[in-house]
Amino acid sequence: MISCDEAAIICNKKQYKEASFIEKIKLVMHLLYCNTCSKFSKRNAELTALCDKAPLHCLPAKDKLIMKKDLQDKI
Amino acid sequence: METHQLHPENWVDQYADYLFNYAVSRVSDTEVAKDLVQETFFAGLKSAKNYKGTAAERTWLIAILKRKVIDHYRKIYSNKGKAEVRMSYSSHSDTDGDWLEEQVADPISTLENDRIENEELGLAIQECISKLPKKQSLVFIMKTIQGMSTEDICKELGINPSNLWVMIHRARTALMGCLNQNWF
Repeated sequence: MISCDEAAIICNKKQYKEASFIEKIKLVMHLLYCNTCSKFSKRNAELTALCDKAPLHCLPAKDKLIMKKDLQDKI
Repeated sequence: METHQLHPENWVDQYADYLFNYAVSRVSDTEVAKDLVQETFFAGLKSAKNYKGTAAERTWLIAILKRKVIDHYRKIYSNKGKAEVRMSYSSHSDTDGDWLEEQVADPISTLENDRIENEELGLAIQECISKLPKKQSLVFIMKTIQGMSTEDICKELGINPSNLWVMIHRARTALMGCLNQNWF
């Protein structure tokens, strides 16, 4: 038996494909009887799907630092 | 006048990613997009005295960025001499007649809507990320967008894995709440 907190962490790991086989089994067992976690798990998977679907870009931290410095010089 | 203050020192942290996403979706070249964001910040700084405080800082910066994107396209077209419009007959219809009608977008197809919708989704996610506490957003971006491994992130930020997963959990829960109204 695992707690909901543990289940949530495993569920998050699963979104990044980092849950181990045993963890996955523990999670499935937990989801069988825990309604709240089942809901959370479903929404979590949806969030992952949304993030995959959207073209997300971000500036590398290095570029941001340079930008910040350039901007700072002009202020 | 104090209420109409801009805070250029926070611009990069708060808006760089949002503006960058906006720019990338319009020029589809990360280098160009980066330059446009940079130019936007400079232009914003230069015309800071014209900022009346009627719009939020970010809206104001986006307005500048829009101009920059237009300027960018103007520039590349004037370099080429003039804009070119290419029209070709679709290969599978050599019969004369309705060729122009055949070029028109298929009204039933929703393919192009998907693209637009995904761009909007991207901006919505980016906006929600920018509302997260700084540490959480940093971890979430590294993990989800940059796809870094847990180990690397822990090393770089000097945290342990269970710390990381707690932050990821909080970030994800907050994002679900933030995106809830429109996207779930």
